[in-house]
Amino acid sequence: MGRLLVSVRADSLAVSQAEHVNRHGPLPLGPDLISTVEASGLRGRGGAGFPTAQKLQAVSEQRGRRAVVVVNASEGEPASGKDRALMRSVPHLVLDGAVAAAAAVGALEIVIATSRGARTERARLATALGERRERVRWRLETVPNGFVVGEETALLSALAGKPAKPTLKPPYPYERGLNGAPTLVQNAETLAHLALIARFGSRWFRSLGSEREPGTTLVTLSGAVLRPGVYEIELGTRISELIAQAGGPSEPLEAFLVGGYFGSWTRDASLRLTTAAGLGAGVVVALPAAACALAEGARVARYLAAESADQCGPCVHGLRSLADGLEQIATGRGGDRRQLERWAEQVVGRGACRHPDGAANFVASTLSVFEHECADHLRHRGCGRRDRGVLPVGAHDA
Amino acid sequence: MPSKLRLDPIACDGHGICAELLPEWIRLDDWGYPIIDPRRVPAHLQAHAARAVKECPKLALRLVEQRAEHDTTG
Repeated sequence: MGRLLVSVRADSLAVSQAEHVNRHGPLPLGPDLISTVEASGLRGRGGAGFPTAQKLQAVSEQRGRRAVVVVNASEGEPASGKDRALMRSVPHLVLDGAVAAAAAVGALEIVIATSRGARTERARLATALGERRERVRWRLETVPNGFVVGEETALLSALAGKPAKPTLKPPYPYERGLNGAPTLVQNAETLAHLALIARFGSRWFRSLGSEREPGTTLVTLSGAVLRPGVYEIELGTRISELIAQAGGPSEPLEAFLVGGYFGSWTRDASLRLTTAAGLGAGVVVALPAAACALAEGARVARYLAAESADQCGPCVHGLRSLADGLEQIATGRGGDRRQLERWAEQVVGRGACRHPDGAANFVASTLSVFEHECADHLRHRGCGRRDRGVLPVGAHDA
Repeated sequence: MPSKLRLDPIACDGHGICAELLPEWIRLDDWGYPIIDPRRVPAHLQAHAARAVKECPKLALRLVEQRAEHDTTG
């Protein structure tokens, strides 16, 4: 089943504009896009799951300066590859969505933010932009690699030539964003859905997925499966069904990480993948039973601590302490699980952005889902399994 | 009448003066950074809250009428 990925070419080159229009039809630019999007129930696919229509509405209501649209294609999550897949294979779907959103909020300028490592994607977007004829000003920009760069205000800072660090909200980007203009920041996949909703309407969008969570979503599946990669699934699909699409497990599995590094672990393969279940930006990792979950988790905790923007005390110190503590348990050097749980609670809501919240959630989930492994590590100084590097922590490089 | 305390966590350096001046509403975490009670500061503590705001060396604390609640991140 596919909507976004239905026109992907077998040779994995980018779909040209002619092929794209041939497949999906021309992009209509009606005045009621916002109400159509509202009726569709589309939520942002960048991780937070915020209703897209509310964002469009908030920007369109701003008076004074002309709005700007920013395509957030930074995809800083190491285990995520879905936005890159869209840009490489169907760039016009993302560009269509940006044009439709710009028309809806009255913007004449569209800025596409790609991460430094996304060279192939940038080249394909540049080619695709050369095929477009709209009266908008396009800017194809490069932002640093990094986990926090995708946070809206950090992204806008980077685009303005400042360090890619989050700023205090309010003001929100919809009020005062890129260079002070009201700014709509939307994830690349969200815009691709928007491009199809603008064509086929809200009822079409709702014909897949559930009443509460309509539509399809892209999932980046990695870990111990036969065919890791980017899949388009109906919201509400079970983990087991996704794994089956990927050819099944490549070895016995222990657990699944759902929602990436701000997400949570589960051992329940019948879990339905929804925003409410914490799907976030659509990352699912299948952890093999032969890997040490705590060592894998500790490595991610260390990575998240290092990815802190180094601005807010509870994030800088809290995430470092959490990584230290989880590492201590993972390496069989004792440790205090209760204290880690207390710290994980303590840092929530105390940064300028949600980085500490997400990182603490990941650590708390690791401690609770792998409770027995923790006890085992504390009692037997480890478990004999090792860190297999299943959870990636490096930046993407194309 | 301003009534809630709001912290700029980027500006805050964890001097901890606020927690000394208003222990009823502000405590420090294990790293010395303030944890602030999100509820309205009651009338009998308003003067102390105003002092905590004034004495913060980083000007990281403010008294605000109400918080903007919606966040459109994502």
